[in-house]
Amino acid sequence: MVYLDHAATTPMLPEAVQAMTAQLTVTGNASSLHAAGRRARRTVEEARESLAASLGARPSEVVFTAGGTEADNLAVKGLYWARRAADPARTRVLASPVEHHAVLDAVEWLAEHEGATVEWLPVDSYGRVHPDALREAIARNPGDVALATVMWANNEIGTIQPVHELSAVATEFDVPLHADAVQAFGQLDVDFGASGLAAMTVSAHKIGGPYGIGALLLGRAYAPVPVLHGGGQERHVRSGTLDTPAIAAFAAAGRYAVAHREEFDRDIGALRDDLIKAVRAAAPDAVLGGDPDPAGRLPANAHFSFPGCEGDSLLLLLDAQGIECSTGSACTAGVAQPSHVLLATGMSPALARGTLRFSLGHTSTAQDVSAVADAIGPVVERARSAGLS
Amino acid sequence: MTDDAPRTDDAPRRLRVLAAMSGGVDSAVAAARAAEAGHDVTGVHLALSENPKSFRTGARGCCTIEDSHDARRAADVIGIPFYVWDLAERFREDVVDDFIAEYEAGRTPNPCLRCNEKIKFAALLDKALALGFDAVCTGHYATVVTNPDGSRELHRASDMAKDQSYVLGVLDDRQLAHAMFPLGDTRTTKAEIREEAARRGLFVAKKPDSHDICFIADGDTQGFLAKRLGAAEGDIVDESGTVVGSHEGAYGFTIGQRKGLRIGRPAPDGKPRYVLDISPVTNTVTVGPAASLDVTALTAIRPRWCGRPPTSGPAAYTAQLRAHGDETEVTAELVDGTELRVSFTTPARGVAPGQAIVLYDGTRVVGSATIATTERRVGAGA
Repeated sequence: MVYLDHAATTPMLPEAVQAMTAQLTVTGNASSLHAAGRRARRTVEEARESLAASLGARPSEVVFTAGGTEADNLAVKGLYWARRAADPARTRVLASPVEHHAVLDAVEWLAEHEGATVEWLPVDSYGRVHPDALREAIARNPGDVALATVMWANNEIGTIQPVHELSAVATEFDVPLHADAVQAFGQLDVDFGASGLAAMTVSAHKIGGPYGIGALLLGRAYAPVPVLHGGGQERHVRSGTLDTPAIAAFAAAGRYAVAHREEFDRDIGALRDDLIKAVRAAAPDAVLGGDPDPAGRLPANAHFSFPGCEGDSLLLLLDAQGIECSTGSACTAGVAQPSHVLLATGMSPALARGTLRFSLGHTSTAQDVSAVADAIGPVVERARSAGLS
Repeated sequence: MTDDAPRTDDAPRRLRVLAAMSGGVDSAVAAARAAEAGHDVTGVHLALSENPKSFRTGARGCCTIEDSHDARRAADVIGIPFYVWDLAERFREDVVDDFIAEYEAGRTPNPCLRCNEKIKFAALLDKALALGFDAVCTGHYATVVTNPDGSRELHRASDMAKDQSYVLGVLDDRQLAHAMFPLGDTRTTKAEIREEAARRGLFVAKKPDSHDICFIADGDTQGFLAKRLGAAEGDIVDESGTVVGSHEGAYGFTIGQRKGLRIGRPAPDGKPRYVLDISPVTNTVTVGPAASLDVTALTAIRPRWCGRPPTSGPAAYTAQLRAHGDETEVTAELVDGTELRVSFTTPARGVAPGQAIVLYDGTRVVGSATIATTERRVGAGA
């Protein structure tokens, strides 16, 4: 199998597997006072400190959640509710239109059910939000902005946002900015402290950790209204018994990812460049999605649109040859719809239907790239003959 | 692999097969059998509803998110790739809109035949062939026979009780050449198919059977049509033209229908009355006694031949006029290559324009055509 869908999920690292399995047989609720509880709590807090160090944050800024989707919901809804409670005028939500559905749908839910006014920030043809656009949107009426949310790097086309500049603008107006850094963590230098962000989402299974565990990095000044109520764990922001084995494994994966980040950037980035070259050679009319400058996109991301092809057809034909990739984000892959990310970049709906996302990861090899190089030409030709249904 | 030439060998060979999976038990077992026979099978669920969430949430084998999930689950158990293809627009244009227009014109269409002709063995088959597949596999109960010369014949299923060759009577030679019906030679009860599904670990084994019209969620055809065509009050008259009642839309009636006429006054002879004729132009429904329903002959248009066309001149066949109808003996002749003239040995009842007549020679499906006009023994023809 040629697995090129690491942005969907990437194989668990041996370090993470070991950290997790070591804890699975240990009893103890991290909230209990007895010895078993203290032991679990120590594991959790060491992991928290480790993950904080990996992300340039303070340990108290790490709020564990059951994954990226939950962290995004907590940030968007929780900050909205808290900011509006402090000042009822704050009902405007500024969001990039290329967000993952975990942010996009949470924002739309606020508009439908909580009286939010959503303003989609303009993006360029790479899906990038310019700091001036954020400044213009906030400056129009700084008093009514509840929050802004712009992802660190896009999951479909890999475009990196100017997070530091955006954050500087938001800070200037005292507006909390949230960034979904699920794809950025492990691939880019993600330093929460230096970023000036109010909140930031990360997820374990995208960096070689287990499923079902993520975190919201949350500046100490912020107290979002909880989405989940209960025992008051995690700064009373996210109740629920802590998942000690998963948290330990998340921290282990985080350490590995940060220690190997530069090597990943260099080696996987080079493989990705080879893959782009190979696809362009085999299918000259393929349109590269996102920023063509390697510095402007995730090192592991290659995204293409193939005119006249149905993404599902391309996927089916590659799958039949043992090449596993995606048409975009796995969440939209039921009945094929043109990606909202591509439409936001100004791509025509017809072209947006013929997309493939190849995402590399820590197990990717030159053989994977040459398998795609060999297969892609005939696959595109055949998919084109099947046309758009 | 994309050539349309029929195969000339009967030897089992590994084909690339696209299995249409509705989420029901039959198509799941069909896909499993194709895979077990050694073929390289890929499952595909056709999304035919443009707004699947608004459709029913029960389990009837088509059109819902739940059905799509069930089909995917079955494909995972069989161990084959699975995709959802969105053919909703084609389905609406070719099947649903046609269904409504036919009823509006006073005819009684069969959307399943239409779907097989235009969607499963056209839109789907064409895409499958272009993508390098050799055949489309469905859970229909019918048999494809390959002749020594490579030509194909469509036959009734081994088990007449489950035979579905009627709804496949629209398939031409090229479509048949790429059709695979793994349930066709099954001489088992439905319970046994369910047992086979359970044995294969397919949890759809217990799913209820699908109804005839997948896109009418609650089975209320009249309500479905009324919503789209609106109420249009008109007269119900007897054969002499006397008004005996009123209706809210002639399209809501089917020739041969007895129930739901809501005629206050009983017939002079006290016998039940049936719908004899529907006239969309005058928005009139004509009713009369059962004997007036007897059709002695009909003409049918848009003939399609399953394999070789019939020889010229009148010939004897058996005919089927409804999906679950009995066989009846007829003499049929193709006139000018476009019109089929059929006379019944024994008069037939409940024959409505718009329905398909499927001709058989023994178990072999000869072809089908859409009924245009009928001749009655007594009273006016429709």
